[in-house]
Amino acid sequence: MVTLAPKRHAETDLPPPKPVNPLLRLWRVYVVRRIVYALFVIWLVTSGTFFMVRAMPGDPIEVIAGRLSQQGMNIDQAREQARQVLPYDPDANIFSQYFQYFGNLATGDFGWTISQRDTTVLEQIMKYLPWTLFSVGLGVVVAISIGMTVGMIMAYKRGGWFDHVATQIASTVSAIPNYLGAMAIVLIGSTWLGLFDFWDMRGRLTEGVEPGFNAVFIGDALYHVVLPVITYAFTLTGAWALMMKAATTEVLSEDYITIAKARGLKERRVGTRYVGRNSVLPMMPTMAFQVGTLVGGAIVVEEILSYPGVGQLLVKSISLRDYPVIQAVVLILTCAVVFSNLVVDLLNGWLDPRIRSGEATEATK
Amino acid sequence: MTAVGTTTPPEAAAPLRTRTVVWRGLTRSPSGFVGGVIVLLVMGFAFLGPLLIDTTNPSNSDLIWTGPSSEHILGTDGQGKDSFLTLVAGGAEPLWVGILAASIAVVVATVLGSIAGFVRGKLDTFFLQLTDITMTIPSIVLMLVLTAMFRSITPTAIAVIIGLTTWAPLMRSVRAQVLSLRQREFVEAARLQNIPVRTVIFAEVLPNMAGYIFVNFILAINNAIYALVGMYLLGLLPSTADNWGLMIQESWKSGAFKLPEAIPYIAAPLALIILFQIGLITMGRSLEQALNPRLRER
Repeated sequence: MVTLAPKRHAETDLPPPKPVNPLLRLWRVYVVRRIVYALFVIWLVTSGTFFMVRAMPGDPIEVIAGRLSQQGMNIDQAREQARQVLPYDPDANIFSQYFQYFGNLATGDFGWTISQRDTTVLEQIMKYLPWTLFSVGLGVVVAISIGMTVGMIMAYKRGGWFDHVATQIASTVSAIPNYLGAMAIVLIGSTWLGLFDFWDMRGRLTEGVEPGFNAVFIGDALYHVVLPVITYAFTLTGAWALMMKAATTEVLSEDYITIAKARGLKERRVGTRYVGRNSVLPMMPTMAFQVGTLVGGAIVVEEILSYPGVGQLLVKSISLRDYPVIQAVVLILTCAVVFSNLVVDLLNGWLDPRIRSGEATEATK
Repeated sequence: MTAVGTTTPPEAAAPLRTRTVVWRGLTRSPSGFVGGVIVLLVMGFAFLGPLLIDTTNPSNSDLIWTGPSSEHILGTDGQGKDSFLTLVAGGAEPLWVGILAASIAVVVATVLGSIAGFVRGKLDTFFLQLTDITMTIPSIVLMLVLTAMFRSITPTAIAVIIGLTTWAPLMRSVRAQVLSLRQREFVEAARLQNIPVRTVIFAEVLPNMAGYIFVNFILAINNAIYALVGMYLLGLLPSTADNWGLMIQESWKSGAFKLPEAIPYIAAPLALIILFQIGLITMGRSLEQALNPRLRER
């Protein structure tokens, strides 16, 4: 149905506000609303994962039993033993399993892994996650710093040869999927031209190098992270440069820049305080979103470059039906996205009060 | 999709036909033209190639991993099959899945986005939260788990999974576009005539966005192929017919990529997929510029 009378007019002559329930008043606080919503999303995704992994065909008992029977055990015996090794009761009602899982999660207990005996999920994740954060983080930092600089130069020298060449290169490179870029780098650099030895660079550390705060360890870790970092940087820099160019161009055409220049402000001051700040701020949501999603996007790259990060752990766990690990990895990836979005939203809400009152969608369009 | 409807750039008075926009986007800028040609060439190679060239490809144990020769222009693979013939036969499936997945994503995004943006209110809030949640779930993870649930999965089912996990960002841009369109006089006029909302959305608002949706469709193919090939590389999809994704995955898994003779076998599908992606992106960007006069001026 179409409502003919515009609703808007009614809002201006509302009756005086009635006293509201304190809980409701708390709900009206933007920050509270946003945090509750983030927690709700995390709960929803975690529950969804819980039931989804259990709907997958093949279960952990078969995986463990298969491993045991390969060691020469009778298959029925192996199944029986697998049941006992399993860190949870596979015959329990799925809902009681679900409540137990959440009860444990609330105390920060992710449970035990299935595929590796005597390892907690948390231990397992701590063995992989730092490496992903290290490689992805380094790649993003390189991409953002190069991309933003190039993008700003492109916007200032708009229409010049540098702009044309850089735009072409940036849009071409940003179209290449990161894992295919990684393959191309290895194929061309290692197999064809022999510039580096991919086989030697696989993994996260050379055998025998002990983690510790010393030059050998740091050097070796950097040596092994070079290919993933180049891959992430290579495929992200172009997009960043283009985004920065668009944002800067937008700002440069604003009246306040013309006025600032007319006021005779120094070029440098206009560049940093007026142009720089105003073009970087609108890109913060993209930045946070990218950091949050990139860990998920690293899965294929880590598999291709055999860099043992959280992506490789996830793929391995899916094939081994290691439910607790899958759940924990998905939970962590989801939290990464949710919290980065939350931070951005709160930051934006602080910068732009229109968002807090829920007018954002109309006000910004 | 291209033939029907008109499109109105945000600030222009005279509506442009979608066909005009596509034509303009592809002919006015050299990069858009090159992009379009690349896309057509790769699609022609993948879809027409198998019809024109006989792809019967016997394995030959005497010819395992040989380099390019006059008889086998891209050399042979690990089973002694001709690499070029595998390449010809292997393109149709990934491209078809990508296009189908993109169509599904675009349809879901357009329907939900236009309803949300037009009707507003509670429905809008609900759809927006649905997109928020869908965008939050790492889509590649969801795809991994979903594909692992099916032992033998058909290409169509893969397309459905990809389509249903990638519509969310698209829905947001469609909604934003509808939000600005619904303020226009012609929509106001249609509403005053008491035309049902459904008709207003699908007959008045959407035709005005045809060009915009087409651009998004092109970019969605890109995302779908990105996801699809990724799943192939993780070894999650069944290895049945000849397929570019499988060619790359098998040779990578078996370590054949360190053989200089195997380079053409891996590089050829890799290059075609990358070329196709680049073509799509440049084409999409040029169309976007043709649609948006503000971008064009710059």
